[in-house]
Amino acid sequence: MAIRSFLILFILFFFSSLNPILSLYEDQVGLVDWHQQYLGKVKQAVFHTHKTGRKRVVVSTEENVVASLDLGQGEIFWRHVLGSNDVIDGIDIALGKYVITLSSGGSILRAWNLPDGQMVWESSLRGPKHSKSLFLVRTNLKIEKDNIVIIFSNGRLNAVSCMDGEVLWEKDFEGESLKVQQVIQPPGSNLIYVVGFASSSLFEMYQINALNGELLKHESAAFSGGFLGEVSPVFSETVVALDSTGLILLTISFQNGKISFHQMPISNLVKDSFGPAKIIPSSVTGIFAIKMNAVTIVIRVKDESKLEVVEKTNHETSISDALSISEGQQAFALVQHASHEIHLRVKLAHNWDDNLLKESVKMDQHRGLVHKVYINNYIRTDKSYGFRALIVMEDHSLLLLQQGEIVWSREDGLASIIDVTTSELPVERDGVSVAKVEHNLFEWLKGHMLKLKGTLMLASPQDIAAIQSMRLKNSEKSKMTRDHNGFRKLLIVLTRAGKLFALHTGDGHIVWSHLLQSLQKSKVCQHPIGLNLYKWQVPHHHAMDENPSVLVIGKCGPSSDAPGALSFVDTYTGKELSSLSLVHSVAQVIPLPYTDSTEQCLHLLIDADKHAHLYPKTPEAISIFEREFSNIYWYSVEDDNGIIKGHALRGKCTGEVADEVCFDTRELWSIVFPSESEKIIATVTRKLNEVVHTQAKVIADQEVMYKYISRNLLFVATVALKGSVEIGSVTPEESWLVAYLIDTVTGRILHQVTHHGSQGPVHAVFSENWVVYHYFNLKAHRYEMSVIEIYDQSRADNKDVWKLVLGKHNLTSPISLYSRPDVITKSQSYFFTHSVKAIAVTSTTKGITSKQLLIGTIGDQVLALDKRFLDPRRTVNPTQAEKEEGIIPLTDSLPIIPQSYVTHALRVEGLRGIITVPAKLESTTLVFAHGVDLFFTQLAPSRTYDSLTDDFNYALLLITIVALLAAIFVTWTLSERKELQENWR
Amino acid sequence: MEKGKGIMGSGGRWAVDFSDNSTAPPSRDIPDPPGFTRASVDQDDSTVSRQKKDAESNWKAQKAWEVAQAPFKNLLMMGFMMWMAGNTVHLFSIGITFSALWQPISALQGVGKVFEPYKDNKVDLLGPKLLFIALNLGGLALGVWKLNTLGLLPTHASDWVSSLPPAQEVEYSGGGIPL
Repeated sequence: MAIRSFLILFILFFFSSLNPILSLYEDQVGLVDWHQQYLGKVKQAVFHTHKTGRKRVVVSTEENVVASLDLGQGEIFWRHVLGSNDVIDGIDIALGKYVITLSSGGSILRAWNLPDGQMVWESSLRGPKHSKSLFLVRTNLKIEKDNIVIIFSNGRLNAVSCMDGEVLWEKDFEGESLKVQQVIQPPGSNLIYVVGFASSSLFEMYQINALNGELLKHESAAFSGGFLGEVSPVFSETVVALDSTGLILLTISFQNGKISFHQMPISNLVKDSFGPAKIIPSSVTGIFAIKMNAVTIVIRVKDESKLEVVEKTNHETSISDALSISEGQQAFALVQHASHEIHLRVKLAHNWDDNLLKESVKMDQHRGLVHKVYINNYIRTDKSYGFRALIVMEDHSLLLLQQGEIVWSREDGLASIIDVTTSELPVERDGVSVAKVEHNLFEWLKGHMLKLKGTLMLASPQDIAAIQSMRLKNSEKSKMTRDHNGFRKLLIVLTRAGKLFALHTGDGHIVWSHLLQSLQKSKVCQHPIGLNLYKWQVPHHHAMDENPSVLVIGKCGPSSDAPGALSFVDTYTGKELSSLSLVHSVAQVIPLPYTDSTEQCLHLLIDADKHAHLYPKTPEAISIFEREFSNIYWYSVEDDNGIIKGHALRGKCTGEVADEVCFDTRELWSIVFPSESEKIIATVTRKLNEVVHTQAKVIADQEVMYKYISRNLLFVATVALKGSVEIGSVTPEESWLVAYLIDTVTGRILHQVTHHGSQGPVHAVFSENWVVYHYFNLKAHRYEMSVIEIYDQSRADNKDVWKLVLGKHNLTSPISLYSRPDVITKSQSYFFTHSVKAIAVTSTTKGITSKQLLIGTIGDQVLALDKRFLDPRRTVNPTQAEKEEGIIPLTDSLPIIPQSYVTHALRVEGLRGIITVPAKLESTTLVFAHGVDLFFTQLAPSRTYDSLTDDFNYALLLITIVALLAAIFVTWTLSERKELQENWR
Repeated sequence: MEKGKGIMGSGGRWAVDFSDNSTAPPSRDIPDPPGFTRASVDQDDSTVSRQKKDAESNWKAQKAWEVAQAPFKNLLMMGFMMWMAGNTVHLFSIGITFSALWQPISALQGVGKVFEPYKDNKVDLLGPKLLFIALNLGGLALGVWKLNTLGLLPTHASDWVSSLPPAQEVEYSGGGIPL
């Protein structure tokens, strides 16, 4: 013990003399960290392929990204991530040099410079009422050399100048129930048609002069059958709609201001009808498609009213928008999915029977179905038209097809990660060498010569660059086997598309990816949603031959009682071992701290009816579970009612759901927050796998404080109802924030603190015996961070050294939470400059290393802040003993040291989560931050005290050893000789 | 060196015995010089040698006491050094403390050797030895005391609980906001 304390003191002494800031040298960037940029699922794409300049495609995505991509390689030229409340509604290219985006529910219009992505202008559009329908219409109309864009949003039609964003004219559509369906601008005319439905059975048409916004005509006609869903424009003065039953197709023409309806029952077109249909909107002249269940029917409209089925297929079909390739000629693409292939056809709009292009492309099954297709043409060397197609797949990936091949692909599904877990890599065995050694002797020699040059400082700038690239491309770090330090792992990520990826922590490459069967649309599961990832099997000692696996939890549909779906995936191979569609719903998943003989982790799934279901469903698991039956509790947080309830298990299920692995539960306690004054806005618990090294905290003067370490503590933050709105809309007197620490077994509130004049949003992190939370202080007009540390007072009287020496104490014996705890808390608050997107804390294997908070700032960077700055024992003038202990003098705000940004110069756009995983080396923790971008790095909060750093001077060590050896040899021979001479004297 | 000694040693020792036959009557008829009485010389000789021996043992005893008291100076010196070193842990204070611990221990190990030259039948070495041991133990105690003031001795409860793992909880609870 003395040695330990001595060592700790020595280390403290040693490191206190060093600079405490952890920063990176320029040449260390990219050695252990990697950064990947993604976009998200593409919503809209516009090509820009003029003869001059680089060919590019501008895309907007569901992650609210607008980006310009290189059409040749798929690289990002520029990219802007708009906030999550600034959803992009439409994009277009205007004047050949501006990208126009409409966002925020059609209220903000921006123009970006196409070559470099600089914003040119921004204008805000307002309208009389909020409406869902939004349109951005490209026109070729010219008003004094200026192009205009027509925008319909919030019940108002705007014409905006492309040059400077000025609104040229506006026209309100204030009909109470008018739902505008289409805004049509027939090419070559100065007219705009606005068509829509009013009061479910009235068709309205407005004809407007595009040059000045003058209303030319307004017609309406009633159709008794009502309307369903969307309309598809087939000609400039004709649209197609469905009646309210979805069985009759309506061709509505409004030529010359006269509205006429033509009815055509679908059963007349298709012999065997498959129930109600849905229109797939397309902008192709004369052609539209409807979908009935899984059958897609393409219909051609002839002579305004005659309908003709041209194709009926069971395959999943996507139709592109029209592309005008020459005067009066429109081309469009049709993509159909066959099992391993996709068929791409490009046709002319007026000539269905001939294909301009027909290609089949082999497609990886794990990309799922084609969701969207965009086409673009180019002129081949023989002056004929060639076509390239940009397709968006079910897994949100983006591919460019040209001449029957995939030119490039982007895994943009990784921009929307739902959950992350990690898995170990296989153990290295003899004969299993995955990484290639330098096979060329010459290369090997050259590399070592370069390194030697670098060490001896003889390297030229080119050599230094070569050495740097060699360091970065070190094959060691992307090996597919476990390493001694535990730096190489697999990051298993679940994306919103229901695809599972395994990323290698060494360089971030995708090891495997798998589109989960259980999370794909099927007849039983119409709207599957992926929820969570859990470690299912973690082979340890006696199940070493098994591969580790993860459990993916999903459910069918957004409602709380939708049935659940489980998938078990092998993390070495990416194979789906099995998938289950559950009969019950999944409201909670509780990973239990017990494993069976094959190292499968027991999980308890709670359904919406508060029954508990045990997985795996094996007799062994049940017997393990029954042994611990009376000690398992669960709690539910009903944040909309403001109630927290605690439950215990009661016994086997009774009634119709009787099952071996189903258990009834009963309510034990409940905490009801006054609904008129408090609203739950944040709850946080300790991470399940967190390891705590010690229960004691030694403070100055050799005193001991015992940490209150419990897995069953819940931090809850509530705000006053008025304070749950945006910052700035309430006065400090109306708003307060209450923080609670609740024992989730007994429902006891251990601590409660009220921050008057504060409001959310609250971001919190819980670790060991402390919780740190971030909120806004309305009185000070600044963000604040508070820390609460909780200590066990009932253990504080264990002071007899002899009892401790002989082990006669009960400090480590198991405790029950029903024994009354005597806790004290210490807390302190500090100002913090940034608003925060996420907070995490570093975690290490044994929990000895000091901790750092990882704060995802509003600038999408990750800031490492030492926990020592959030120590409630900080005082303005710490005593000598406290200084020795490492207590920092109290300041009113937390420092932001620029060098302690772990993301250094990079940004993790759209940052959503930060995950820390312990490496095997105690000093090191692995950090993975995800948002639209991914970022990974290694952190050593107390420096790498247990290994030599990368920049350790091996040459100096070697030289010293050699010199010492030489000195020993020389002095030995000298002394021998001298002795001999002495003897002869 | 060794070889030279060996040669000398094996070459046979020679010695002159001056006191040989000194008490026996002279073999030759040479009368004793006037004023010389053989008997008194004999007597004197024995008293002288006894006196000599007494002096030597006295000297030895005195020396032994001196040697036994030597650590006292050391002790004072050490105390001064420790006072100089201060109470914070750094290289200097650790060095001093460890030398203060090591010196008495090594001295105690060599108690026999230290008093070897003064071994005599007549000299009572127990007293000096005890003093020597006591003084060295005092030095050791001083070292230990210094170690304690530096905070390197596990005398506090904190030294014994600082690595105790947290107690396990019997109950287990999980849950949260419904998915």
